[in-house]
This record gives sequence, structure tokens and C-alpha cells, in this order.
Amino acid sequence: MSAHISQQFNTELDTVRNQVMTMGGLVENHVMSACTALVNGDVALAERVVDEDFKVNALEVAIDEQCTNIIARRQPTAGDLRLVMMVVKTITDLERIGDEAEKVAKMALELSTDEDVSEQYVEIRHLGDHVSKMLHDALDAFARTDVEAAIKAAAEDEKIDQEYEAITRQLITRMMENPRTIQRGLNVLWAARALERIGDHAKNISEYVIYLVKGKDVRHVTLDQMKKEVLETR
Amino acid sequence: MNDQVLTHAIDPTLVSKGVNHLDLANEDICLKVNDLSLSYGEKEALHGINLSIPRTRVTAFIGPSGCGKSTLLRCFNRMNDLVDSVNINGEINLDGENIYGPHVDASALRRRVGMVFQRPNPFPKSIYENVAYGLRLQGINKRHILDERVEWALKSAALWDEVHNRLNDSALGLSGGQQQRLVIARAIAIKPEVLLLDEPASALDPISTLKIEELIYELKSEYTIIIVTHNMQQAARVSDYTAFMYMGDLIEFGSTDKLFTNPEKKQTEDYITGRYG
Repeated sequence: MSAHISQQFNTELDTVRNQVMTMGGLVENHVMSACTALVNGDVALAERVVDEDFKVNALEVAIDEQCTNIIARRQPTAGDLRLVMMVVKTITDLERIGDEAEKVAKMALELSTDEDVSEQYVEIRHLGDHVSKMLHDALDAFARTDVEAAIKAAAEDEKIDQEYEAITRQLITRMMENPRTIQRGLNVLWAARALERIGDHAKNISEYVIYLVKGKDVRHVTLDQMKKEVLETR
Repeated sequence: MNDQVLTHAIDPTLVSKGVNHLDLANEDICLKVNDLSLSYGEKEALHGINLSIPRTRVTAFIGPSGCGKSTLLRCFNRMNDLVDSVNINGEINLDGENIYGPHVDASALRRRVGMVFQRPNPFPKSIYENVAYGLRLQGINKRHILDERVEWALKSAALWDEVHNRLNDSALGLSGGQQQRLVIARAIAIKPEVLLLDEPASALDPISTLKIEELIYELKSEYTIIIVTHNMQQAARVSDYTAFMYMGDLIEFGSTDKLFTNPEKKQTEDYITGRYG
């Protein structure tokens, strides 16, 4: 889109957009690190994720404040308004993703004292990779304002939910077979649950991208309805 | 939370449709512009405008200087007749009757379609006489009727509390914001159907501006209001519908909520987001 007459306004919006990408990159890194830490029993990596969560929180506060200032000073309209609105919501979801990554990291610390059971984490590794990719795709869709990509990312949420359910069933079976694994099983379940929630937040971000580009609010609708809304030409 | 919001909230098929978008299809149309063109001599200033102004709503015209919005506004009470060399084609129907028809009396029309200008233009008379002026022209001279109507008009224009104890003072002693509300009181004293406001707040300070905007909101229950403004945020605040004009063409017309959040045309988007080069 062409530039504003006000160069300053351009700069402000660009800054906010770039900072969201920075925050997104940081959060993405935390999710991947937390999963790796869990699977490999890497205490140092898990601790780093827990220690660095404050950076995500600080970015949320900073971006939020800038958006408030833009609304107060510029009274954005149309596409600019939709950008500011979606950024305010996106950073809330990113911050929550950061919290979920921290939860996974904490579980990694709990589980690291156990004997080597890494073969049991295959599913967690897979779920973690899947969720990380979905988050990456959602952020990429934002960076490129690409609705097709946003729909694709949103569609992954269903598969992630199914994966989570499969892991739950598997853990229940194991815990029933051997009650001594219950403590560990519950920890793994918490981690899986956190990853599943990250999928939900990534889906929200994809929906905000559709709102940004098309001006259509596609929260709380089915995937088919979402596609239909987006395909309707402006 | 009103019922409409609630309906949307509980009906999943409506969730993505958005709430509270006014729709012209559901409106009672007061003024209908059909293929209206206007030229000043050789130069065509309006090119085939088609537009429906809904009754008891506020419609704002926005657009860059020279886009024709004031010219179009002045067509609604035939103020352009007063300019030599103006040539108008097409029609404007007020309640179904063409105001450019051969037997229309322009003075009678202007009683139905009142107008307020950018700079307040009170007559050099008392506050009371300013408001009573139009009524006297209509032949109303009974003191008690005049008193009643002047009080009503000043109250409607949210000015009564400030001037009721000095009605016989000169109107020129009022502040700019008060003068503008006085002029609005004068315009509504004769109970027109339509009120045309040409940049009514552009010469006023922010507080007076807000008072005028509040007044517009109060008045729209009884009047069809059309406002021309350079202040986009003002158009967004006060209007139900917005028309964006550019170089004598009507580019986009629709509900203000829609136009300011998700306009259809790129030209509109560029203008309202400040991208016009």
C-alpha cells in the first residue's frame, strides 16, 4: 500500500509491525526451545526459556503502549485501524504463547530428573514441531498479509487437537498399565496441553490476519465459513 | 447491550456479518439525486451524481477541496441558482417531487431545506429577533406564538440556558460558538425538513465544536441532516452515512461504520487514511 502523507505515521506503523515480528520470533524460539529441552532433558535450555519470558512480557507492554499512542494521536481509519486493532490482539495471544512455552519448559525441568525415557517423548516432539510450524506460518501470513496462508495455518489447529487427544489416550493407557508412571504421565500431559493451547493462540493470530486484510471478522466460525468469507471478493 | 447485538452474539451464522451496520435498503429516502450534473460555465463541477439521502439520519460529505461536496450541498436548496453561469442537469427529488421542476418556488423550497454556513452570520439584531426573523417573514406576528417558538428553537439548539436572560441583547455580542448555535436555532425555528450544514464547526474551538456535534445528534431525530466537513474525524463522529467525493464524482457512499473501517474503494481508503498525494 502506498505511503501516508505523514511520514511520521508511516514510521510509527512500520515500527509497530516490526516489533510484532520481533516478539513473534522470540516466542517461536521459546516454543521450539522448550520442546527440545523437554525431549532431550536439557536443563540449561529449559532454564533459559523460563528466564527469558520477561522479554516477551516487556514487548507486549511496549507495543500495547505504542498502539494506544497511535490511536490517540493519529485516529487511524480503515486498513490502518484494522492493523492497530489486530496488533493489540495479536500481542495478547503471543504473550499467552510465551506463558505456555514457559509451562512446557517448567515441565521439562521436572521431568529432567527422571531416568532416560526419551522414547516416550516421540509424540511430544512431533506435536511440538507441528505447533511451532503452525505458529511460524501464522506469523509469516501476518508479515506477508497473505490470507491464503492464514487460512492454511488456521486449518492446522484441528489436526493439532487430534494429535493432543491421541497423546492423552496414550498417556492414560500407560498410566493404567503402570501406576508408578502417573506422576511423570501427568507432567507430560501438562506439556501436551500447553502445546495444544499454543495451537489455539496461533489460530487466533491467523484469524486476525484475515480481519486485517479483508475486514472480515472470522472468529468463532467454522473453517468452511471462514474460507467462504475470504473468497467473497471485495 | 441492545437486542441486535445480542442476536448477533447468540446466532453463530451472524457472527462474522458484523453488528449495527445501517443499510440504505432499510431507510426511508428523503432526497433522491438522479444523474445530477452541474457546470460553472464551461467547467463541469459535478458529473452525473446519483445518491439517496435517508430521512432523519445524518449524512456527511467528505472529500478534498474542490471535489464538489459544497456545490452538491448547495444544490439541495437551490443556492446555486444565485450564481450566474451555473447550468444544472438532472433532478433532485424531495419527497418524490423534483425541486428543479418548472413550478417550484425556490423561497418555499428554502423554508423546507434550511442551511447553516461555515462562519456564523447572525443579523445585527437582538438574539430574539434573529430567531424570530424567519417566522415574521412567514407572517407570524403574534407575540405569544413567537415567544414560544423562539424559546423552543433556542432550547433545541442548546443555547437557551446561556441566553434566556438576555434575549434582547445584540446577537453580535455572543461568542463564535454561541453565534453558530443561534444561527442553527434561526434555521430550525421555521421547522424545515432538511438541514444543510456547510462546515458548521470549522471556525469554532473544540468545545464549541463538540456542542455543535452534540446538537446534530439531538436534532437528527426530527430532521434530515446533511453536513459537509473537512474534518474526517468529525464526519466519523456525527454521521450515520458518509459520501466520499473526488473531482466531481461520487466515489463511495455507505454506512459510516463500514466506510471508516472497511471501505470498498481504494480511493476512499487512501483518502481517509491520509494517503492522498
